[in-house]
Amino acid sequence: MTKLIKDTTRRGALKTMAGAAAGAATMPLWARFAQAQSSEPIKIGFQQHSTGIGAAYGRWYGRTTEAAVKLINENGGINGRMVEIVAEDDGTDPKRGAEVVEKFATQHNCDVGFGTLFSHVVIGSAPRAGELKLPYFVVSEGHHVASGMLNRYTLQPGITDVKSQVQAMAPYVAENLGKKVTMVFPDFAFGHDHRDFFTAAIEAQGGEVLEHIAIPPAETSFTKYFPKIPRDTEVLYHVMVGPAVLTFVKELGEFFGPSRPEMFGFIDSLEAVAIDSPGLEFLEGTYFWEGMPRHAQGDQSEHDKFYRAAVGVNERGASVSDPTDISTYAHMFGCWETLYVIKAGMEAAGYQGPGDRAALIEAVEAMSDMPESRAHPQGAKVFNGKTHQVFGHQYISRVEGGKLVKVHTTSIEDTFYPDEVDYTTQPL
Amino acid sequence: MELGPYILLASLEGSVTAAVLALTAVGLSLVFGVMRVVNIAHGEFFMLGAVIAWYVAHAMGGHPAIGFVAALVLAPLLVGAIAVAADMTILKRIDYDPERTIVATIGLLYIIQQLTLMTYGPEARPVEAPFNQRIALPWFEWGEKGFEFYFPWGLSTTTYKLAVIGAAAVVLCGVWAMMTRTRIGLLMRATQADRDMALAFGIPVERVYALVFGIGAGLAALAAVLIVPIQQAHYLMGADPLLLSFIVVIIGGLGSLPGTVLAAVFIGLSDGIISVFFSPTLAKILATLLVGLVLVFRPQGLFGTRTA
Amino acid sequence: MSETQRILILHGGLLVLLFVLQFVLPAYHHGNLARIMVLATYAVGYNILFGYTGLLSLGHALFFAAGMYGMGLTIQHAGFTPAPALLVGLVAGALVSGALALLALRTAGVAFMIVTLMFAQAGYLTILYFGEYTRGDEGFVIQQAQRVLWGIDLSDPTNRYFAAWGLFGICLLISLWLVRAPFGRTLVAIRENEERVRMLGYDTFAHKLTAMVISGTIAAAAGAFYGLLFGYAGASFASVQYSIFPLLWVLLGGAGTVLGPFVGTLFMFYLIDLSSGITTAYMLIAGVVLVALTLFAPQGLTGELRRRVWRWLP
Repeated sequence: MTKLIKDTTRRGALKTMAGAAAGAATMPLWARFAQAQSSEPIKIGFQQHSTGIGAAYGRWYGRTTEAAVKLINENGGINGRMVEIVAEDDGTDPKRGAEVVEKFATQHNCDVGFGTLFSHVVIGSAPRAGELKLPYFVVSEGHHVASGMLNRYTLQPGITDVKSQVQAMAPYVAENLGKKVTMVFPDFAFGHDHRDFFTAAIEAQGGEVLEHIAIPPAETSFTKYFPKIPRDTEVLYHVMVGPAVLTFVKELGEFFGPSRPEMFGFIDSLEAVAIDSPGLEFLEGTYFWEGMPRHAQGDQSEHDKFYRAAVGVNERGASVSDPTDISTYAHMFGCWETLYVIKAGMEAAGYQGPGDRAALIEAVEAMSDMPESRAHPQGAKVFNGKTHQVFGHQYISRVEGGKLVKVHTTSIEDTFYPDEVDYTTQPL
Repeated sequence: MELGPYILLASLEGSVTAAVLALTAVGLSLVFGVMRVVNIAHGEFFMLGAVIAWYVAHAMGGHPAIGFVAALVLAPLLVGAIAVAADMTILKRIDYDPERTIVATIGLLYIIQQLTLMTYGPEARPVEAPFNQRIALPWFEWGEKGFEFYFPWGLSTTTYKLAVIGAAAVVLCGVWAMMTRTRIGLLMRATQADRDMALAFGIPVERVYALVFGIGAGLAALAAVLIVPIQQAHYLMGADPLLLSFIVVIIGGLGSLPGTVLAAVFIGLSDGIISVFFSPTLAKILATLLVGLVLVFRPQGLFGTRTA
Repeated sequence: MSETQRILILHGGLLVLLFVLQFVLPAYHHGNLARIMVLATYAVGYNILFGYTGLLSLGHALFFAAGMYGMGLTIQHAGFTPAPALLVGLVAGALVSGALALLALRTAGVAFMIVTLMFAQAGYLTILYFGEYTRGDEGFVIQQAQRVLWGIDLSDPTNRYFAAWGLFGICLLISLWLVRAPFGRTLVAIRENEERVRMLGYDTFAHKLTAMVISGTIAAAAGAFYGLLFGYAGASFASVQYSIFPLLWVLLGGAGTVLGPFVGTLFMFYLIDLSSGITTAYMLIAGVVLVALTLFAPQGLTGELRRRVWRWLP
């Protein structure tokens, strides 16, 4: 699938072409030629989860990407060139993902690859991106980039990783909810990251995890596992992904009935699901991690307001055209911010074409502070050029009257951990 | 939770799984038994049932029960009609050849999934149950004062889950009655026993096949409508029911309806009860191996008479 | 021209063609063909059991994964170099397929399908269960430095293509030789009528066991090479989907033909790749094509060729 952001590109291109024509008339002939050459659009390969289990995320990643590119093009593109998105479906599958990365690099001649969410697709694709020397900007929140498993061409500058998210939650949980925690998580790598990082972090706060309950993948009924939750649990920590998330949360409610412990969950359990769905009433008063608050808050920043309007999301995090279509608000900002990082990087590197890919990597590695702005509506961030991972604020919300109300914002420092890799030592 | 109440809870959960599984699998069992073809798209008929239930419930509005009852009628009919159409346009033309049917139904699976994704979308959407009250269940123990009842923490079920078990039992009895007491059931059994002989006796085998394929798909859709208030309608939800009902049919013994039902109960309960004693993924591994080993030592299935 | 000559020219010709193609293909298709040859090897392995012996397995992903993880885990955790790691992958495939054969061959027909399916599912879950070592569904990267075989960097496109070609060529020739040898003829006879073969005094169990081990070991070789050439091992390769793929490829290409697995894999790969260039609804196109193929090419592409043109095709 090659999808042009049609009307934007056309409108934006016309504008640029008019400007270029006016300017070109005053230039010497050779410069006109060079200008024409570099007026080719910058091609960004968008590895999209259009089918497979990631499809609900993929759809919103697509909408956010479209909105950001439209805006970038309206404001003159990158280095005076329009941006073209080349979207390819990876089926949320690592094998197809690697093929798609090859297609970007060798068939579509994309300048960079971008936009992958699911960790297994990232890890399956990244080796190919590294071998083909295609800068590969992932929006995955996995710890794979910062763990050193991948390579110098893979970066995650637009969304924080699970390790920093999880460890930043522990102080708030221990102080406000309780110290005896039971964790329920999916029995695959994403869940294991939660298990390992949170267990260590809560112990550092003087708390303990009473029981780890790992749920097998593709499970559709959960009640039978809940009796493993110890009676003296003060806080139930839950995170789940996939189509059965709503069942999971509903059955938790039915299991506990009126006597539930405090509950702390990752909104991943309810991304793309309305918080006021039937059966979720019991979530009232429970807490969630959010990458970015889904519901517009009282102290909403003008950047959030702007971003929401640009993507087409209402104050409850749903599509403005269809209020039953709930966004993946806590994650999809990563696409927006990553595209602005690519733009900043290309501008800093004076990027002209694939020959400058190495310079682009170095330019992004040189970045550090990213202030809150329209380009970074989720909040200020700090990029670590050595580990290729960005760090930023995390939010904790409480469900009050069917609304997610922000109750805590972590500092960026809460999310730091010692470097595990220095990618800059690898050859480009 | 203590062991006793835990096992009770796991058995209840297992029974719900078993009920839905039995309904889904009975449809496949009919198709497999009578037509001798593996229908890979069976899970997609299940999914279509759930998705149609969402559309119907969404369109009806009002009390959730109205939409639900409408879905209970409409979804199986629509899905059955789709299946009959697929049978007449595709399966009949490839002469129900087992291998070609596999490829053709994989193709059908792709088509149905993609169309659902394009129209219904990738989200998991809930359908509200017509009624759903939590029931705390009592447990007993020999305490200081002798035999006494109490309500253990977490031991509960919902009225809807119990209703699903009941509804499944009613439908299964209906299917059994149809097979043994009606003329069409007789025709089906005759075709199953010996296709050529049935043809020779003037049974319109092709029409019987189309009907069986439709009824099988309709039963899967019915199961999906029943389960959709517990799970949600999602375009990929068909994979698990397909595998599980396929397994149930073989374990039960080909073509044996009571076998299919008992196998569903066996698999549902073992899945629930094994999970009491082991960590969840290990329990799944053991339950899976158990099913494999049952067949290794009883290849004809638990209730099969012929060698498969 | 004798039949043997024709057969040698046809299959040798394909291998020569594939070898030459690497010098002319554009980069994208060059990479694709390397991948297709490894996957076709998997299908070649599958075809020996399904196409020639008549046993429909739904558990070959277990063998593919045994090869992939036998290779990957020893590189990752035991510091093996590629050559011994590949060997471990092959041995793992042989052992796993042998063990499963001993159990599953007690059954036949649909029961055989389910038994293989269940054990493969258990294998998949086991990979998740030992997530500490396997990193579960997420999998792990086999770094470039760990993929140097006898001084040859397998992450280099030319080397990768050559390795894939070598693997495919060897397995194709094994398969060709096998089905023309008395052993292979006996397998076909078992497929057609097992009782009669047994009555003639053959040990059909031993034949089926050997076929399954050969089939599983070739599948494992494909898995091990896939991980090594493309630098990744993950649990999705052990999922039921990857058991159904070789069945689909073989049926499309023509079950019980030596070339069928390659033709089917090539066809399916480009069907998805090209239709996804036309529309986002490429699965719809793929679905319609599959249905059409069953209607108009009932014996698969190569099978039709054999039925209509080259009756001597093995």
